[in-house]
Amino acid sequence: MQCPKCRGNMRTFDRNGIHIEQCDNCRGIFLDYGELETLTRLESQWAQQQYAPPPAHGAPAWGAPHHGHHHHHHERSWVGMLFSS
Amino acid sequence: MIESSGGPAGAAPPDAAPSVAAPPGGPDADLVAGLVRLAPRGGPVTVLKQSTGSPRMDSGAGVVVVRVGDVVVKAHPEGTPEADLRVRLDLAGRLPGLMLAPLGVERLGARIVTIWPAGEPLTPAHLEDGDDRAPWAEGARLLARLHARPLPPGLPAAGGPARLARAVAALDGHRDVPPAIRAAYWTLPWSGAEHRPVPPGLAAGAELRATLVHGDWHLGQLVRIGAAWTLIDPDDLGHGDPAWDLARPAAWFAAGLLATTAWDRFLGAYLAAGGGAVSRDDPWRELDLPARALTVQLAATAVATARRAGRPLDDSTRALVSSCARILATARV
Repeated sequence: MQCPKCRGNMRTFDRNGIHIEQCDNCRGIFLDYGELETLTRLESQWAQQQYAPPPAHGAPAWGAPHHGHHHHHHERSWVGMLFSS
Repeated sequence: MIESSGGPAGAAPPDAAPSVAAPPGGPDADLVAGLVRLAPRGGPVTVLKQSTGSPRMDSGAGVVVVRVGDVVVKAHPEGTPEADLRVRLDLAGRLPGLMLAPLGVERLGARIVTIWPAGEPLTPAHLEDGDDRAPWAEGARLLARLHARPLPPGLPAAGGPARLARAVAALDGHRDVPPAIRAAYWTLPWSGAEHRPVPPGLAAGAELRATLVHGDWHLGQLVRIGAAWTLIDPDDLGHGDPAWDLARPAAWFAAGLLATTAWDRFLGAYLAAGGGAVSRDDPWRELDLPARALTVQLAATAVATARRAGRPLDDSTRALVSSCARILATARV
């Protein structure tokens, strides 16, 4: 396939179920029908995971950012801390 | 048979704190045996808490708690002011449904010993599915009711600020203490620093709002008696700023450790129950300073514990140390 812009050679990539053609020459990207919608949907899913709703009662100026995901990586030390003076 | 529970307050692993751990059959074993004899009836014995912190200062150091059948026997640290403790115990006995009432007060050598009905404690095992599952709302409602009780005369000051000072003092002698902890401490009104960036008027306002305060609230201070949760441990009960009782969860939330949903449920239940420690429109107006204090205290205690055990700092501790650095940066502005 030839690039519709510069007539360069288009190369095909498959990423997460999306079919992308990219031009080797001008790096332009060609999306098939429906693929822009798929990308938009994936982006909004990612954004929902990253941004939790803001806390109802505010936060201090020195607070850490909350990302809404759970802290599985430090579950044990964290749960122990919940119980000690 | 005497066995140690695997709970958070269980005996420390053998590699912890070699300089202060009691030798087998030493004074701690004698103490446990003495506590078992003070129980009114026999029964299976479990050591619930045998803290091995530095006897000097670590929060809760020297406390030994043993369950014998249907009672719990607690040896208070040596040097506990007896008159203050008796006023606190007397008050706990007059708050039915709110605080667990003691069954008796005894003496064992240099220690005061209290006897309590055994409830069903909340343990880390209850939270394996995450901190969201904890009875945050139930704890918050108990605190709201406690803060609404009249202040009896003769009650000592709540123990929160003294705990902060002890936690920072317990860092002395340890190497590799992140400097942000002590630096953040010196920005706080309770540190005694002459020139502190935080306006002292905020702390003075808190004294005007003094109510009855638990003084050391965390999830381990909840037990279930039948179907109802109740507060335990009046050791730090007193008059003070009620926002200190909310400050530990607030510090966890601000460090990014406590899930926003859990924090919202805790604070929302406190406000819905009429809790007066914080203003409805801007709870952080009252929470900010006590939460800074608890952040420093939690970071200091976690670092001292890790250093004593020769362990590296875990993720939760590092999150609290990062909070200390941000507190410092905010105070410098």
